[in-house]
Amino acid sequence: MDRIPILKIGQVLLVSIQIDLQDQSVLALQEDLAEQISATGAHGVIIDISAVEIVDSFIGRMFATIAATSRLFDADTVVVGMRPAVAITLVELGLTLGQVRTALNLEKGLAILGKLAAERELAEGLDDLDEPVQANS
Amino acid sequence: MTAPTGERDELVIAGDEDVVRVRQVVRGFALRAKLSLVDQTKLVTAASELARNAVNYGGGGQAVVELVGNGRRVGVRARFADDGPGISDVELALTDGWTSGSGLGLGLSGARRLVDEFELETEVGRGTAVTITKWAR
Ligand SMILES: Nc1ncnc2c1ncn2[C@@H]1O[C@H](COP(=O)(O)OP(=O)(O)O)[C@@H](O)[C@H]1O
Ligand SMILES: [Mg+2]
Repeated sequence: MDRIPILKIGQVLLVSIQIDLQDQSVLALQEDLAEQISATGAHGVIIDISAVEIVDSFIGRMFATIAATSRLFDADTVVVGMRPAVAITLVELGLTLGQVRTALNLEKGLAILGKLAAERELAEGLDDLDEPVQANS
Repeated sequence: MTAPTGERDELVIAGDEDVVRVRQVVRGFALRAKLSLVDQTKLVTAASELARNAVNYGGGGQAVVELVGNGRRVGVRARFADDGPGISDVELALTDGWTSGSGLGLGLSGARRLVDEFELETEVGRGTAVTITKWAR
């Protein structure tokens, strides 16, 4: 079974799928990514599927699973580079990627993650302001 | 009437590495039949779903892939057969989202949408065979 390498670039984990994935490799990738996100505290995951020729329901479900798992660790997932033929096929297969964010390419995916991370920091800052203020006595 | 044009390949499908091999063989036939890229992708995706079902539910089986012609057009036909438990309620099995396991329940119904011809033969206790055909436009 092939294992898909996970690269860490700054706060982002990058997975570039270059092979025809067998189901075991899909499951292993889901586990490896969960471990890596928790170990590194990465704020985002990018799955580059520009080399992927088909996405069936098993592989499609992996995207949703990875996105849901990353949310548990306060990280976002973006799937980038989906080929047009794959997109058309997924729609006809009936697979809606629902909660999974997609972007045209790696650059746009990174931009989305950067924006989400900034929003999150801002929200955390606002939360701090919400802390109850001690009443003057 | 469709007459085979001679090219034919038989594959044993026992494990998930065989599902990958089925995808590659079907892709090769789709290229030879000169299916469009979108049609190739649809056919390979359908084949992937059916091969996985034969492994997961049928306990493994056999795939036969062939180039077919009907005098006007060339196409690819693939048949996935297993000696598994069969399907007791075919209509239910073909319902979008219905799964007896932990899948997305889109394999059979999705595969049917992705191809031009779809035939499902099954007998409880004897096995299941699904035959799909995609014609070049
Ligand atoms: N070859 C088969 N043998 C026995 N049962 C099958 C076979 N293929 C499909 N099924 C049944 O049909 C259901 C729906 O299949 P499918 O649409 O591929 O969805 P999924 O694989 O996600 O469950 C399966 O859950 C299974 O119960
Ligand atoms: Mg299935």
